[in-house]
Formats: sequence, C-alpha cells, structure tokens
Amino acid sequence: MNIGNHVVESAEQSLYEVRQKVYPRAVRGWFAAWRWALVWATQLVFYGGAWLTWNGRQALLFEIAQRKFYIFGLVFWPQDIIYLTVLLVIAALSLFLFTAIAGRLWCGYACPQTVYTEIFLWVEKLIEGDRTKRIRLDRSALSLEKVLRKSAKHAVWIALALWTGFTFVGYFTPIRDLWREVWSASTGPWATFWILFYGFATYGNAGWMREQVCKYMCPYARFQSAMFDRDTLIITYDPERGEPRGPRARNIDFRARGLGDCVDCGICVQVCPTGIDIRKGLQYECIGCAACIDGCNQVMDKMGTPHGLIRYSTEHALENKLDRAQMFRRVFRPRSLIYMAILAGIVVAAGVSLALRVPLKVDVIRDRAAIAREVAGGEIENVYRLQIINTTEQSQHYEISVSGLHEIHIAGPAEVEVGPASSRVLPLELRVHAEREHLTPGAYRIEFEVRAIGEGAGKVKVEEKSVFIVR
Amino acid sequence: MSQFSSSFWDFYIAVITLVSVVACGVFLKMQSVRKVAGGTTETTGHTWDEDLGEYNNPLPRWWMWLFYITIVFSLVYLVLYPGLGSWKGLLGWTEVGQLKQENARAEALYGPIYDKFAAQDVVALAKSPDALAIGQKLFLNNCAQCHASDGGGSRGFPNLTDNDWLYGGAPTTIEQTITNGRNGVMPPWGPVLGAEGVKDVAHYVMSLSGGAADSIRVARGRETYAKICIACHGPEAKGNPALGAPNLSDKTWLYGGGEPTIVETVTKGRNGHMPAWKDILGPAKIHLLAAYVYSLSHR
Repeated sequence: MNIGNHVVESAEQSLYEVRQKVYPRAVRGWFAAWRWALVWATQLVFYGGAWLTWNGRQALLFEIAQRKFYIFGLVFWPQDIIYLTVLLVIAALSLFLFTAIAGRLWCGYACPQTVYTEIFLWVEKLIEGDRTKRIRLDRSALSLEKVLRKSAKHAVWIALALWTGFTFVGYFTPIRDLWREVWSASTGPWATFWILFYGFATYGNAGWMREQVCKYMCPYARFQSAMFDRDTLIITYDPERGEPRGPRARNIDFRARGLGDCVDCGICVQVCPTGIDIRKGLQYECIGCAACIDGCNQVMDKMGTPHGLIRYSTEHALENKLDRAQMFRRVFRPRSLIYMAILAGIVVAAGVSLALRVPLKVDVIRDRAAIAREVAGGEIENVYRLQIINTTEQSQHYEISVSGLHEIHIAGPAEVEVGPASSRVLPLELRVHAEREHLTPGAYRIEFEVRAIGEGAGKVKVEEKSVFIVR
Repeated sequence: MSQFSSSFWDFYIAVITLVSVVACGVFLKMQSVRKVAGGTTETTGHTWDEDLGEYNNPLPRWWMWLFYITIVFSLVYLVLYPGLGSWKGLLGWTEVGQLKQENARAEALYGPIYDKFAAQDVVALAKSPDALAIGQKLFLNNCAQCHASDGGGSRGFPNLTDNDWLYGGAPTTIEQTITNGRNGVMPPWGPVLGAEGVKDVAHYVMSLSGGAADSIRVARGRETYAKICIACHGPEAKGNPALGAPNLSDKTWLYGGGEPTIVETVTKGRNGHMPAWKDILGPAKIHLLAAYVYSLSHR
C-alpha cells in the first residue's frame, strides 16, 4: 500500500482490541447435517467408549500410574511407545492429506473445539433463541427473564462441561469406580482437579472463547497455507457470478440491470462462527465449516437462482472454469497420491506389526560390576538380569534357554511364572568351562530365548542378544 | 557463596531482576498502541518492497491482559519465594524443606507396606513371597552392584548364597551388617615377612583347604602362621566372625585361592568395605533386605 504521497497525518492505532462477540446464526443444510452427524459420531465414541468392558475390565483404559494402556484386547506398555509414534504419524499424514484435498475438514467437522462449540451453540439457541434474539437479549437491560435465561444456559453448559471432564478422566482411571466416588464425594485430589480442569476448559473454550481459540491459539490456521495448493477444495465465493452484488426485488430481471447473483443479504456473514465475510476470499480465520454454503444455498433457493454461489471449489477451477468432474479429477494429483501411498504404507505396516506383536517382552541386562567369576569346577560364570514382561492377561510360564557358545548352560532353574500383565526380574547365572572350550579372554556373543510353555502358549517366544565375558 | 562475595551481588541481581520485570510492563504499554503516520487505520504502517503493507489484525484485549498478569505473577512470586537477591521469601520455602516434605509424604504412603513386615522375624519373612518380592527389588537396586544380581558376589565382594559368612549368618547379624556396614582389614605382611616368608605362608594356607603345596614351604609357613596369622584366623584357621577374619580351611575364597592371589593378599593386605545403609534405607527396609539375603542361602 503506497502511502508516500499522501498528506501525512498522525493517527493512534491500538494493537489490541476488545473482541467483537460473534453471534452465529443457526443454519440447516447438507453440510450442517454432516457436521451434526460427526458431532454424534465423535461424541458417542467419546462419552460411550469409557463405559465399554472387555474381558471383565474397562475396554479403553490408560493407566498412567501402572504404565499400562488397555485398548480392547491389547495391552500396551511403555516399551510400545513406537505405536503411539505411528499413531501420531498417521494422524499428521491424514491431516496433510485431508488438507491438501479439501482444506480444513478437521476444523470444520471433527475438531473438539468445533464440536463442543456446536453443542454449546445448540443449547444457547434452545434457551436464548437464535442470533437476533441473542443480540437483543445481550443489549437489553437487566431483567428477570435475562437473568433466568442466562443462568439456565450456564447451568446446562456447566453440567455438560463437568460430564465431559468426568468422562475424560474416566479414560485414565476406571470410570465406574470414579462414578461411585463422584457420588460419594470421595474423588482423590488429582481426579477432582482434572475433572474440574477439563470441565473448565470445555466450558471456557466452547462457551466463551469459541472462534478465538481457532484465531489466536490454534497454530493450524497459520501453517495451512503450506498445505494448500491451487487444486485444494476451499470454501469460495464466486465473485464472477455474484458481483456486482446488491438488493433487488424478487420479480425483476436482475441480470438485465447488470446485477450479479449475490443479493447482499449478509446471511453468509451471520452464520459464520468466526464472524468473517467469505466474499473477501480465503482468510486464515475460515475454519472450513461450510455454514455459509448452507446459508447461501437457502437464499439462492428463495431467489430461484442455482446453488453454489458459495461452494467448495479450487483456485484452479475458478480461474479456468473447470466443471465439477474436472475439478474432482484433480484430487488425484501427485501430491495427494504421494500422501495416500505413504499413509497406506504406514497403516498396513502398523496393522501387520500389531497383528504379529508378540505378547512377551524381554530385556537382558548383564551385571556390569561383577564381570565374570570363577565357580567350583573351574567354570566361568556371568550373571544377567532378565526382565520378563508378560503382556497377556493370563498368567504364563516361560522357559529360558541360551545359545551361542558350546556347552554354555544356565545354573539353576530356567523356568519362571509371570502373572497376568505384569513383569518379573529374574537373576540368571550362565556358566561355561572356558578352559575345556578353549575360550580366550574376551566377549562372546550369546543369545537368550524365552519361550512360553504350557497349554495355549502357542509360538510365543522372544530372542534377545547379550554377551558372555571370559577373563 | 557469601564467603566469596559481598552483599553487593545480591543487590546487583535484585536490581537487574526488578528493572527487567518493570521494563517488560513499560514495553508492553508502549507496544500496545502505535502512532501511525498517514492516518490509515487499515495497516500497521510498515511498508516493504515499495508497496507491500501489513494489515493490522489486533489481538484481543484479554490477550494483552495475560501479559500483564504474568508481570503481576512474577512480582507476587518474588515476594513469596526466594528469587530476589538474598530475600528468602515470605513463605519460607526451601528446596531442602520441600525434599523433607516429600520424603515425609512418601514415608506416610509407603511406610505401612514395610511396617506390616517389621513385626515378623527374618526367618519367617524369608519364606514369604510378598516380603521376598520387595526384598529382591531392594537388593537389585542397592546391593546387586557389588554382590551381583543373584547375590553370588564377585571378587572382593562376598557370595551371599553359599551360607558361608565372614561375620556370621544369624538374622540379627545380617541386619547389623547392613545397618552399620563392615570394614574387613587384612594388614599387609610383605614388609615384615619378606617375599620368601610370604610365599611360605601362602603355601601353608593353600594346604589348609587341601590344595597342592610345597611341603617344605608348608612347614616353614606353619611356624609363621602360629606366630602372626593365628591372632585373627585362629589356631585351626577357622577364622573369627567377630573380626570378619575368613575361614582359611574351606574352599571359599573372597579374592581368589590361587598362589599368586594369596601371595598378593598376604603381601599387600586387603581392605574390604561394606557401607552402612541405615541412613539410606532405614530399619524397615533393612529388615526386609536381611530376610531376602537370609533366603539366598536358605532356599
């Protein structure tokens, strides 16, 4: 913006301003229905998931204190951190893929911030009415009705928020016990803190903060431009069709008067949860919720003009006037194909790895201070500590054997029982007759094999490398 | 630190801290409003590359208050906690005090687990799988470094599994050994006996446990033994648990039973040190540990 030649006049400008409250107007339509479908889907999973049982225990339970993470039939240990890494990589790649194809799908439909704001807005609409009524109520003087409506709304919000906090904590501590504790007011200090904390976060973010979370706190908006390209489907106002905008009577031939399809009713701005005008083009505030598409389409119906003045389109499609088929064909461009290929590869690899996962983990730690000692009979003895982790939910017997040196053997019992989903440390002595075996001083590679024995043990075994030292 | 520097540095640090905190507030105030030449309120007034402007997208006001809250927080913090020079803070918080508090909390939480076993005697505990499970953990964390994970010991560190004891294997003795530690001192005899004399004694010692030895040296060594070594290791070389002097007539060797090792032991002496654990573990844990150690040779 060139300001050089203007008469210089000094103006004071604030770099902070009081937030303009956004009153999103309720909207119905194809995309709103999708959003509600996802609200139901995500919330049924979230609120319901914690109550499922599996094998007599909670199906989804992340016991931080015990460092055991139960997901249906699987028990994850801290050693399985790689699966968390893989999950995060899959989540990140999915985000890249969805964003490259259709922008902020996550933000618009599935992000908890959007989902809870949607639920809280629905409560607000039920109690205070839609946009205009809410604006009027906020501007009105204090009255009994205002107090009643406001307090009713906050009561419902707080109840919802506390239920959310309770459910969240219920994934980390058995939810049924927690439920009993809540009713007898005997929850522990940390459970109480986290229930209130997540409750407060839900209430504050979905009730008060809303679009500010997306605009000022969430980093996603700031780097989305790196993931967009000219073929990314974004919510776009078609200026060529819409302009020049302006009000008109319904029965006139507006095209003859040089008007575009946009009647400048402002519905698209009123329904926007972040309070922007999509007609100004793509903005970082746009969370891609498509409420403006639904709103505009309703108006287009009334005006008798076709849908899609605001629609999912791409920069490329707008410029080159591509039809829908051409536009959607570009979804399968190298960028998204590469994302899909990597994503599919990782998902398959993770699935295979999970399916082949051995429910037994062994760590071998050689005693370091006592290097090697001579025992009766002239044998050399090394001591090892075997940490044997049984990740099944049944007690298991394991047999330990060792190989790598001729005649190397375990002194003492080589069998151990490990309880369900627990670990056991087993000190173990290995012996070999160094002289008879002509072993010179040094380190020799050996391998432990721990194998489940007994009924139903299957082929569960783990091999672990170590060294045997002769001196 | 005070013996190295004057109180000047306390003031120096305090002034720097306060000036920084106040400066943050002043800068915040200065930077929340900007004078823009040109009267346009759309942009920040910055211009790059001839005509590139920057839109002014003001942050919400509450965001600015968050900054001010951090300043208030830091001032309150500096009043309540140590942080301003030598000021101790109104709450009297110290790291050591917090450690003590946490230890007391841990004691209150885990104490009952150990207390449950404190009433039972060691022999009974050595048969209790619950007590042994805890005992093993304590052993692996504190003792295994020297005595090895299986308790089998290593050169210079006694084997705890063979029921052969330097100081005696009664439960109370084991507890006492862990509590107060032991110092096993064998004096160096090289200067007194000379190389030949040491070798004679070594051969006599080897013969005590039935090892091959030169009979002439054994005879000479026996005389020396009767004059010197007998004081600690006893007339029959059975050792003395009161002193921790080892029994030389069995085949158990702490440092090794070959001739060169015995010669080295006699010449240079040995100094075995078992640390005292009473301040680190306390009586309740030592009780469990004694039971575990006892169980190693009474399976």
